[in-house]
Amino acid sequence: MHLAQRALRRAASGATVALLALAVGCAPQPEENASPKASGTGAQTCAKGKLATKTSGKLTIATDEPAYEPWFKDDKPADGKGFESAVAYAVAQQLGYGQSAVVWQTVPFNKAFAPGEKTFDFDINQVSISAERRKAVDFSPGYYDVRQAVIALKGSKAAKAKSIADLKDVKLGAQVGTTSLDYITNVVKPKQQPAAYAKNDQAKSALKNGQVDAIVTDLPTAFYITAAEVTDAKIVGQFENQGGTPEQFGLVLDKGSALTPCVTSAVDALRKDGTLAKLEKQWLSDAVDAPVLK
Amino acid sequence: MTVIGEESAGDSGEAGMPGTGVVPGGDDAYVPSQRRIERERHKRARARRATAIAALSTLVTAAVVYLIVVDAPGWPRTKETFFNAHYAREALPKVLDGLWLNVRLLLVCGVAVLVLGMLIAVARTLRGPVFFPLRVLAAAYTDFFRGLPLIINLMIVVLGVPALRLQGVTVDPVLLGGTALTLTYSAYVAEVFRAGIESVHPSQRAAARSLGLTNRQALRHVVLPQAVRRQVPPLLNDLVSLQKDTGLVSIGGAVDAVRASDIIVGRSLNYTPYIVAGLVFVALTIPMTRFTDWVTARVDRQRAQGGNL
Repeated sequence: MHLAQRALRRAASGATVALLALAVGCAPQPEENASPKASGTGAQTCAKGKLATKTSGKLTIATDEPAYEPWFKDDKPADGKGFESAVAYAVAQQLGYGQSAVVWQTVPFNKAFAPGEKTFDFDINQVSISAERRKAVDFSPGYYDVRQAVIALKGSKAAKAKSIADLKDVKLGAQVGTTSLDYITNVVKPKQQPAAYAKNDQAKSALKNGQVDAIVTDLPTAFYITAAEVTDAKIVGQFENQGGTPEQFGLVLDKGSALTPCVTSAVDALRKDGTLAKLEKQWLSDAVDAPVLK
Repeated sequence: MTVIGEESAGDSGEAGMPGTGVVPGGDDAYVPSQRRIERERHKRARARRATAIAALSTLVTAAVVYLIVVDAPGWPRTKETFFNAHYAREALPKVLDGLWLNVRLLLVCGVAVLVLGMLIAVARTLRGPVFFPLRVLAAAYTDFFRGLPLIINLMIVVLGVPALRLQGVTVDPVLLGGTALTLTYSAYVAEVFRAGIESVHPSQRAAARSLGLTNRQALRHVVLPQAVRRQVPPLLNDLVSLQKDTGLVSIGGAVDAVRASDIIVGRSLNYTPYIVAGLVFVALTIPMTRFTDWVTARVDRQRAQGGNL
């Protein structure tokens, strides 16, 4: 009897904990809460500055550390310099959160779009939108059309490549979990196994130290690396988009986040009024064009 | 299960025949008594019953656990995220490709670690004032590399050393990673060997010296054989540990089993490849662990027989 009661009590408390967990959104969350389609208005849900953010009255924006140029400047996401920092503040402005109401948070690149509850309102970290990632997180519309580029040390065999076929027998490297690595495995299909690094920094130093012949990053990063960090490297060329659709960076939100429609309409508005184009010109104007490798 | 024919002495006459006791005098025509046959039949019946009960209880337990797991909230999602057959199929060949690198690292580093560890242990136990600096160096080495976190060691060697651009020093992340592993593990193994050397009773050395062996000969023929034999279990432990840590060389970009699964996880956001890689490592470790147990038991048996005076 006694035991049975205890078991019951335990079950009840367990259920309470589970319910609480459910309430705060730990697993198991309900599958797929249909996020309302952004209708552009969303006035009732997207009241300026009064969104259901993680910390009320503040907008928590996440990015990785170090935050790379030209997306951020001097590893300080909070100063509004660099393309993504500027975009983040522009989106915040649209949502009704001024500079002082924005809180930055460090979240590793791979963690940003991994399944599970998020500690941020949205993450801005050169995350390419993809169908597989969409299963785990919500994305805003793309705020930047990105191309992937190959960087090699000047004078190396890889630097002379004119086509994708010329890259087949060089040692390539990229960061794990990036579309850059996907381009190597799916487009180049090199004979040697590509090196996969936990961070882009390691890929850069591997290139510098001759551990790989060439690395793949997105084009603006490639321009920055060759201009400032590994100056004896050059951009060999850029890839055409896979499957004909442009690859885009998007803001990452928790799956089924209440903010998704609001952020979506904010990004759409910024694209429409030319803000995104302006910021792109301001921060990424170097990233013009590189020869396309076919 | 029960041991059959426990009354038989060590050297069995006709193998496989239970209860072939060897009678002093070597009479071949031994016929087990009726009572003995009865007793063994009873024992066999008991053994069968025990097996049946064990099997049944295992089945019931498995069924209960299965039901609990499958009924748990969040199980479908767990299954989808951790035990997805599609991603397991995709991951397995790539993980096995990567595992070949782990195995090669284990073999090469294992040998290097044993040799280096032995040298350091011997250096630490040398007698005589002339060897003082050598003893100090060996002690400093073991202290430093046992205390240094392996991951820091790996980062310094794998990521840092290539930046020095030293002539003739490799930049291959696998070789560098192997070097880092060897540095750390040889410090562990040196301590194991040293404990073994110091556990050999001083009288052994004294006896060897009194027979006219030099210090070196005494070490080589009397002390070390005993020391190594005693330390086989902890050595194998370190080897199992080294085997798992080979996965850490992936920080240099080399694609081993761990990084191979990492790549698929990074793209698919499904964590099954990690499980696959983990299970593959476990599958590799289990035989080694069993082997360790077997060696330990064997060493214990030999010691228990009291062969040494």
